[in-house]
Amino acid sequence: MIAGLAYVEIGIAVVVGLLAVVLGLVGRRPDDISIGATALVELALVVQIVVAIVAPLVGNAPTGDLVEFWIYLVTAALLPPVAVLWGLVDRGRWSTVVLGVASLAVAVMLWRMLQIWTVQQA
Amino acid sequence: MSALPTPPQAPQLSRRARGFGRVLIVLYGLLAIAATGRSVLQLATDFERAPLPYSLSALAAVVYIVATVALVIPRESWWRVAVITIGFELLFVLVVGTLTVVDPSLFPQKTVWSVYGMYYAFVPLVLPVVGLFWLRRTRPVPAAAAAASGD
Repeated sequence: MIAGLAYVEIGIAVVVGLLAVVLGLVGRRPDDISIGATALVELALVVQIVVAIVAPLVGNAPTGDLVEFWIYLVTAALLPPVAVLWGLVDRGRWSTVVLGVASLAVAVMLWRMLQIWTVQQA
Repeated sequence: MSALPTPPQAPQLSRRARGFGRVLIVLYGLLAIAATGRSVLQLATDFERAPLPYSLSALAAVVYIVATVALVIPRESWWRVAVITIGFELLFVLVVGTLTVVDPSLFPQKTVWSVYGMYYAFVPLVLPVVGLFWLRRTRPVPAAAAAASGD
């Protein structure tokens, strides 16, 4: 995991999360903005998956438990699609909040992944 | 909000699964995933090292899963299950939280409820309070009179 990239990803997830929560609370249904922003978070996670596969091969190995890391990463990558699916089926303002909650959860999980990779002792 | 028609065959959901309740279900679902993941990892790797906190993690996972299910299922009896599991969650986060502050050596390994859920941004402390308020608001109507003295 690359720390700088991880911080950017966490930043994206936090901003998108807060945006969607606010949009939902003011009564917006899931629309191109909230779903597009959530897709951006998913894109960041796909980038992270590629990085997590390549990094150990080029000498950037995790200090912590790689299994735990991947459980977090795979679960995180499932959250935005599930939230978007929810938003497409159930078109209410609260689904927009759900999109935001998913992105905020992704931010927390990315933070935890970074900890596992950089500071957790195996 | 009122301009758009509601879907023709809206699925039969409990009152507690509408509106804000959906966010609550998602939050409980996330905690269920988090607690289950942590618990499976702990039980599979080194249960002997800390049986008490690891058993608590497993218990937390079960509580969160049942609470999530109870929020979704529309049957009235499940409203009570939701109250019991979420009340249980509140009780445990307070008891375990206090114990971990008073005597940290009791719980050498973290649980979701350690230090009032500090490692989970205090979500385990705030969520049951919000959840119980929500359940009060969405109490099943026919049972209102009967349950008024019971909880």
